[in-house]
Amino acid sequence: MKFPIFLDNHSTTPMDPRVLEAMLPYFIEKFGNAASRNHAFGWEAEEAVERARKQIGRLIRADAKEIVFTSGATESDNLALKGVLEMYKEKGNHIITTSTEHRAVLDTAKSLEAKGLATVTYLSVDKQGRVDPQAVRNAITDKTVLISIMLANNEIGTINPVQEIGKIAKEKGVLFHCDATQGVGKIPVDVQAMGIDLMSFSAHKIYGPKGIGALYVRKKNPRVRIAAQMDGGGHERGMRSGTLAVPLIVGFGKACELCEQEMAAESTRLAAMRDRLQAGIMAALEESYLNGHPTHRLPGNLNISFAYVEGESLLMGMKEIALSSGSACTSATLEPSYVLRALGVGTELAHSSIRFGIGRFNTEEEIDYTIKKVIEIVTKLREMSPLYEMAKEGVDLKSVQWAAH
Amino acid sequence: MAYSDKVVDHFNNPRNMGSFKKDEEGVGAPECGDVMKLQIKVQNDTIVDAKFKTFGCGSAIASSSLATEWLKGKTLDEAQKIKNTDIVQELNLPPVKIHCSVLAEDAIKAALADYQKKADHNEGTK
Repeated sequence: MKFPIFLDNHSTTPMDPRVLEAMLPYFIEKFGNAASRNHAFGWEAEEAVERARKQIGRLIRADAKEIVFTSGATESDNLALKGVLEMYKEKGNHIITTSTEHRAVLDTAKSLEAKGLATVTYLSVDKQGRVDPQAVRNAITDKTVLISIMLANNEIGTINPVQEIGKIAKEKGVLFHCDATQGVGKIPVDVQAMGIDLMSFSAHKIYGPKGIGALYVRKKNPRVRIAAQMDGGGHERGMRSGTLAVPLIVGFGKACELCEQEMAAESTRLAAMRDRLQAGIMAALEESYLNGHPTHRLPGNLNISFAYVEGESLLMGMKEIALSSGSACTSATLEPSYVLRALGVGTELAHSSIRFGIGRFNTEEEIDYTIKKVIEIVTKLREMSPLYEMAKEGVDLKSVQWAAH
Repeated sequence: MAYSDKVVDHFNNPRNMGSFKKDEEGVGAPECGDVMKLQIKVQNDTIVDAKFKTFGCGSAIASSSLATEWLKGKTLDEAQKIKNTDIVQELNLPPVKIHCSVLAEDAIKAALADYQKKADHNEGTK
């Protein structure tokens, strides 16, 4: 086993060597600008970009022409929200989204709100993190121009009923943007069946390179238009100017192709490892709680709260395993995870959460090591925890008056 | 965020972790946010033993571990003088973790105050 073990595949993924291999010729040998129409260097680059566009489109059941390259999912989210609001401002300025979206959507919405360019409805989610399609329907007004709801959550892996939301959006004639960054390549995505009009995703979450992402923009039924947020050469059908990052795009395409070919087998394998991890930990540790949805969940995701121990100290005790925590101590803001808080998870348990993200290159041996290590450190920290001691003595922690601090 | 060697050492090998038995004389005070329990045993105005339990990040655990180490052998007056800045310096805590040292200082102060209260009470009943 090689240390440290990487179990943080929601944050990013290692590049697949096959992706790197596909990219290499496009750095030195085939370096052309895909927009150069008058020589072989340009043609070669353009051909590579168009091939990638097809590979990417195929994975999400879109036409290659509907793929707009960006620098990543954050830019795609910004472009979708700002671009739609600006383009359709005559129609209205209302956005519907949820409180558990990624910051790239939430902060973009807040920024539009602050500038007076939009009014935003933030729908709450249920205890497992799912949004209710009926709540979406009820929130639609004649001023609503965009629904922006994620496919799968980055912390708890919960998968939203996107298809039902898409149906409602169609019926009401409202555009539907889906941040599918965590879902694409992991679970089947079909923009037609799901009724998605715009969709953000990126390469580095699916074993591709960092710095490249895409916004799917529907071309017909309806033809979606967005206002460009960057002025320049009018690349990407005028929606996103800037010379295309050919090697990254080639890598993105290859990564999508691999996902399409291997997703079925891979998701089964990852879910089995995840279930093994979950069962191994939760059987051994009392008062460990699953966050998120037990079944509507990404195959590689596991998020657990361990009562009476604090998340950052858990991570510190498992330095040889790369993980993430919803603890405030791991965030710059000193606030615990807003996603867990939105599910109604109490502050203490939000502080006590660990996210495991299993990916393509993890092994069963690593999972077994992690199980052993988690049990060991949680037990050790509980011994050290005054809260655990009080709970064992039968003190109701909610009744304790803590000194103000 | 990278931890200083001393924080890691206190985290991996906490000093004086635990609680005194119920029938032993111990005082403590929980603090909020992270939760720290600090107990001291006093003989002739000198702290002869100290124990802690902490729910918190590595820096909070290290701060309380260090606090118990420093308390042992100190007189009550000396213990009053322990400042959170001393803990910050000793553990090389980054700015974002300074509140952990504040918590430890508060826990020391609370333990001392609790001891004083009980001592005064005992005197009054004599």
